[in-house]
Amino acid sequence: MQLFKPLLLLLLLYSGLVAASPLTELAHADPADRAGLITQWTVQADGPRRQAVAALEEGRLFTSADGNHVLLQGTDGKLSDVDNGQPVAGDAASLDALPVNNSVRSALEAFHAAGDLADPDRSKRLSAIQALQDSANPGLLPLLLSRQQQEQDSQVRQALHMASARLQLASPDAAQRLSAIHTLADSADPATLSLLAPLTVAASEPEASVRAAASQAMADIKSSQWRYNMLGYAFSGISLGSVLLLAALGLAITYGLLGVINMAHGEMLMIGAYASYVVQNLFRSWWPGAFDAYLLAALPVAFAVTFVIGMALERLIIRHLYGRPLETLLATWGISLMLIQAVRMLFGAQNVEVANPSWLSGGWEITPALTLPYNRLAIIAFVAGVLVLTWLLLNKTRLGLFVRAVTQNRRMADSVGVPTGKVDMLAFGLGSGIAGLGGVALSQIGNVGPELGQGYIVDSFMVVVLGGVGQLAGTVTGAMGLGIVNKILEPSLGAVLGKILILGFIILFIQKRPQGLFALKGRVLD
Amino acid sequence: MQTALSLRLAHRIGPLPLKLAGAAILALLLAMPALHVWTDPASSLHVSAYTLTLVGKILCYAIVALAMDLVWGYTGLLSLGHGLFFALGGYGMGMYLMRAIGHDGNYQSELPDFMVFLDWKTLPWFWQGSEHLAWALCLAVGVPGLLALVFGWLAFRSRIKGVYFSIMTQALTYAAMLLFFRNETGFGGNNGFTDFKRILGYGIAAPGTRATLFLLTVLLLVAALAAGFWLVNSKFGRILTAIRDAESRLMFCGYNPLYYKLFIWVASAMLCGLAGALYVPQVGIINPGEMSPANSIEIAIWVAVGGRGSLIGPVLGAGFINAAKSWFTVAFPEYWLFFLGGLFIATTLFLPRGLLGLLRRHKEKA
Repeated sequence: MQLFKPLLLLLLLYSGLVAASPLTELAHADPADRAGLITQWTVQADGPRRQAVAALEEGRLFTSADGNHVLLQGTDGKLSDVDNGQPVAGDAASLDALPVNNSVRSALEAFHAAGDLADPDRSKRLSAIQALQDSANPGLLPLLLSRQQQEQDSQVRQALHMASARLQLASPDAAQRLSAIHTLADSADPATLSLLAPLTVAASEPEASVRAAASQAMADIKSSQWRYNMLGYAFSGISLGSVLLLAALGLAITYGLLGVINMAHGEMLMIGAYASYVVQNLFRSWWPGAFDAYLLAALPVAFAVTFVIGMALERLIIRHLYGRPLETLLATWGISLMLIQAVRMLFGAQNVEVANPSWLSGGWEITPALTLPYNRLAIIAFVAGVLVLTWLLLNKTRLGLFVRAVTQNRRMADSVGVPTGKVDMLAFGLGSGIAGLGGVALSQIGNVGPELGQGYIVDSFMVVVLGGVGQLAGTVTGAMGLGIVNKILEPSLGAVLGKILILGFIILFIQKRPQGLFALKGRVLD
Repeated sequence: MQTALSLRLAHRIGPLPLKLAGAAILALLLAMPALHVWTDPASSLHVSAYTLTLVGKILCYAIVALAMDLVWGYTGLLSLGHGLFFALGGYGMGMYLMRAIGHDGNYQSELPDFMVFLDWKTLPWFWQGSEHLAWALCLAVGVPGLLALVFGWLAFRSRIKGVYFSIMTQALTYAAMLLFFRNETGFGGNNGFTDFKRILGYGIAAPGTRATLFLLTVLLLVAALAAGFWLVNSKFGRILTAIRDAESRLMFCGYNPLYYKLFIWVASAMLCGLAGALYVPQVGIINPGEMSPANSIEIAIWVAVGGRGSLIGPVLGAGFINAAKSWFTVAFPEYWLFFLGGLFIATTLFLPRGLLGLLRRHKEKA
């Protein structure tokens, strides 16, 4: 208060003589009013005002030693009195800078953001709007409204519209609050719920019609949020389903063909994932410029490696256990143990790091409530591609014809000259190769470790049990059904209880249809 | 039939050297607890607590292998979920042992420590009565039995067999494992039960308690073997073998395989539960890891290595593999999985009848 009197005098004096320059105005403003002053300027900024704000922000304004004057430190480091521009002797280091408190700081942020509103860079404009909207300062409303007139880009204009509606919520005019509520209700952004909540209670909102509108708006936003949530579940369900499909597709082919369960199938996924890890490291050390393309190179590598391993397994082990499916199951389990341990010894027991290429990072934001990650979208597209190729292979090629023939009736196919041994080997390789491709996909969305495959084995068996064998449609339905049901049950029941419920459902389901959803019709008993 | 049975039994057990070997092993097993309790720890004859626990653990596994053999070797149902029944039996016993800790836990509470940790105020309903050993034993046998009954009835009724049946049992134990890993399920989450103090008032680590539990395990194994011999040599056993070899033909003969399968399946699960109940106080811990699908598949390999379709074979297999495991995991821990995996492959490829089959073939050649 001691300071106040002479300041007031000075102010009176100056306002009488000349219009106060922005610098003096800011320097002599009451500290509590400074934020308001800056906000006022935000709406109509000009050169001198910007300079004044910059001086305050950079800490170049000081209270003089006697406390009666405000001194400005020029860019050359010299001090001068803000009121008359006279140089003043002294050392800035010994003086106190004008304080910048939190409210001033947020006013400064809004001031800068307002400057960015006309920036040619679109993303800068958008982030400026975000900053202004976060400042929640109703004084900025005219600025936003005027920018809305000038803005060319429709998305930026929409953002301005939303931001001004948010600011209008605090407006004293009930009609403005009402229109703001309607605008926000259309946005369906769940973040606005907390803004609307105070408007529904009588303590903070006197107008009954506004309260009713706010409640209605909240209900609308909630219901659209529910819709987006359901869309989100459906998407993650399809995403999980496509991963399961990749894991189960090969299994269904080999099970249908040979009637044996390949317990090492999960390890083919794991090997595919490690193949992409190795390819990634090769690219990183030999060809860093094309690093983003490593994933494309990993696909044929993973397929080739697992294809060869699968054929070798069939040739060396599974063939000799023909007609003994239970023993085959145990032998392939033995193989899976050895593969896991081999990988553990080669790459270590820890998870390895497989990076997403830049074109798979990020996501597609449909609304503020729903973002679809690119890597998941890419996997769904990839699975669709693999599925089409597999369908073509099984239905349009000679090998596919043989595979279907042997699946339907091995002995009959054998007698008409189908080389069943060769078909078995190739189909086993193919099934393993598909799993290898699946491994590349899995490396993009989860951890890559020696036990990667173990986590998928039970789920992919369930897909085969549910879908039946011998037809791709069964596997697709089984995988998508399990994926979607899993994700729908997960939020309400938790992942574990959801899984158990699904298992119970499958056990009951096979009471009704022991052969799965899509069974091949046949007359063979056993 | 009655006289022939004892004759057949003698024939089954084998020629004199084998009989003598069996008697010697049994005598050794009965002597071990005595040597543990009554000899000086410094003496070379002394059996350490570690050895006694290890052998007791393997004997429990042998009982499980025997139970597995009844359903797989004789009836042709490969279960990949027998570890679940074993673990459920263990949990039943574990509930009693947790209650028997009383106020001696870390939190000095009436409730088991993990419940205090979870801030539970009362016992969940399924823990009621678990302070009585008799009821805990009923749970240890009854819960696996009931689960097997429900699952088996559903599975056998729709004539699920072969690899389908194996997969479903595997999924069952996998789901149960996930369930028991949750803290909210009420069985201690992934730590399971441990830190037991006493059983029926006797210290759990006291030599006398260890010896008694060991003797009980030996007795259960012998009783299970005897009951097994009787069962598989009865008419009932013949039907089981017929189910394994030609189920359709058996049905055409007018038998309904459902109840035969169901009986042996439930009996096997209950036997596993009992083995689990003897296992937990000896080993001192039970956790959901016992329900992992890998553990259950390992049971199948004990049976396969020993020789399925014979009763002695699985017991030998369980003994051999677990002895090898405890040696390997100390000497060459990295190579144990290679050995086990190789054993899976080699047994199925080259020893379809297991070690016992090897012996028999040798005898036939001679």
